[in-house]
Amino acid sequence: MQRVDGIIKWTLFGVSCSSILLLAGIFFFLFTTGIKAFQVISWSQFFLGSLWNPEAYAGPQWGILGLIIGTLMVAGGALLFAMPLGLASAIYLSEMASAPWRETLKPLLEMIAAIPSVVLGLIGLIFVSPLVASVFGISSGLSALTSSLIVGIMILPTIISISEDVLSSLPKDFREASYALGATRWQTIKKVLIPAATSGLVAAMMLALGRAVGETMAVLMVAGNSLAMPHSFLDPVRPMTATIAIEIKEVVQGSLHYQALFAIGLVLFIFTFMINFLSDMVLEKQARKYRW
Amino acid sequence: MVGEKRREKIYEFMFRGITLFIVLLLLLVLWFLLKNGWSVLSWTFLSSSWSHQDITNSGIFPAIVGTLLLGIGVFLFSVPIGIATAIYLQEYAKDGIFTLIITLTIRNLAGVPSIIYGVFGLAFFVWFLNLGTSLLAASFTLMGMTLPWIISTSQEALQMVPHSFREGSLALGATPWQTIRKVVFPSSLSGMLTGSILGVSRAMGETAPIIMVGATFFMPYLPTSIFDKFMALPYHLFILAAQHSSPYARQYAFATGIVLIGLIFIMNLAMFALRYRLRRKKVW
Repeated sequence: MQRVDGIIKWTLFGVSCSSILLLAGIFFFLFTTGIKAFQVISWSQFFLGSLWNPEAYAGPQWGILGLIIGTLMVAGGALLFAMPLGLASAIYLSEMASAPWRETLKPLLEMIAAIPSVVLGLIGLIFVSPLVASVFGISSGLSALTSSLIVGIMILPTIISISEDVLSSLPKDFREASYALGATRWQTIKKVLIPAATSGLVAAMMLALGRAVGETMAVLMVAGNSLAMPHSFLDPVRPMTATIAIEIKEVVQGSLHYQALFAIGLVLFIFTFMINFLSDMVLEKQARKYRW
Repeated sequence: MVGEKRREKIYEFMFRGITLFIVLLLLLVLWFLLKNGWSVLSWTFLSSSWSHQDITNSGIFPAIVGTLLLGIGVFLFSVPIGIATAIYLQEYAKDGIFTLIITLTIRNLAGVPSIIYGVFGLAFFVWFLNLGTSLLAASFTLMGMTLPWIISTSQEALQMVPHSFREGSLALGATPWQTIRKVVFPSSLSGMLTGSILGVSRAMGETAPIIMVGATFFMPYLPTSIFDKFMALPYHLFILAAQHSSPYARQYAFATGIVLIGLIFIMNLAMFALRYRLRRKKVW
């Protein structure tokens, strides 16, 4: 019997390692293909060139700076829009709401995470983008701003649920001690809970930023996909994710263009990996700090 | 002090207002879908096969079937791995650096952009393993996205089994594996399955990865094997919304959206309800 137990334990252990294998495999395939692109394209050409035009007949251009800026504009804008709303909602759910309100609102907020991104893209394309166009008096509303609004909605559930977890896992003593000193609930939130939770809340925002950077479908539909360097939030942009999605089906397997798309994927992967890893470490540390 | 009390009330009111505003965004999305797509929803639309020439008289049946098959595929591949991992982490693993690495890896998998899964699926499953653009390759590709969800929801279900169950069984002389198989697993299985189906339902709404690894926007017949391509609701919606020339296309995109979101929400609600009932039945 002991022997069977040992075998089972090691089998389960082996299966658990498949997650590590998968993540390593993703990195390996992106890396081995993506790195080949740099045998032809120089690093500075790739990261600092502002023009991306791989299929140009005379002299293809391989600069992804414009794509990176597009990604950062959309993701940064989304975070600016979603952060105040999400934080307020997390504070409400964790500290203010009575049980019936919380039980009703939480599942509804979680439902937002179940909306497929392509559906939000459709709404953005047909409803939000004309609205943005008419508000700002531009001919097409397909822009960084519109994408930010749509992606902002998509990352709201991430912000809310992680921030709420962080806040509600703070020890009860903090609240009680503050109340005992005569502080009101709002004072307790502002002066005790939020300062104690700051690192966790920052981690929540970073995770949300990672999600926003990786969003593809909605962005593909509403960002406008222009390859020109964007100058304002009202300009159309073409983030890295959209570029991969548009071009990868058309390229010849193994061509330089194919390798360059993998290189973009590698940049995206490393970027989101760092964000996720850092914020997970912070959250883990925060959880340990207040585990009595 | 009266002023303080009033301020508290105002803050609560304000923060509740913001939360309600977010819920309103959800309702707006649903309302907008229904308003624009409801009129073209019909039995023909749900049950006929697709034709690009005559979209008003054809339907999305193959796309519904394709999305359901994809869901089944993802479920079959990811649930065994997910549950096994959860059992290892929850019942066997000791707190240590290696457990931390596995945990962080799983959380990181959840944050890998869906398009990266698509690129990886294309390079590994489609070309390297030579599965071709197929239902099988797409199921494997989406597996990585659902695994983290299934693992964490299964871990929660395992955590809910009281310690006294395990101790009672071990005290009777059962080995750890017997305890898991006969006591812990049966009492947490329903929780693990409902949670897993929730995760799979979300994978069914994914578009970007499946475009690369198997979804096609037109097939005259249903997939007959796991090596066939397939139509899928999210991709169908995308083509209608962004790339179709018919003046009716957008209306039909909305109708497809209703069916897709309907499918996902019904699965979600059913699983929530089931979980709630199962939890109430268990008096621990």
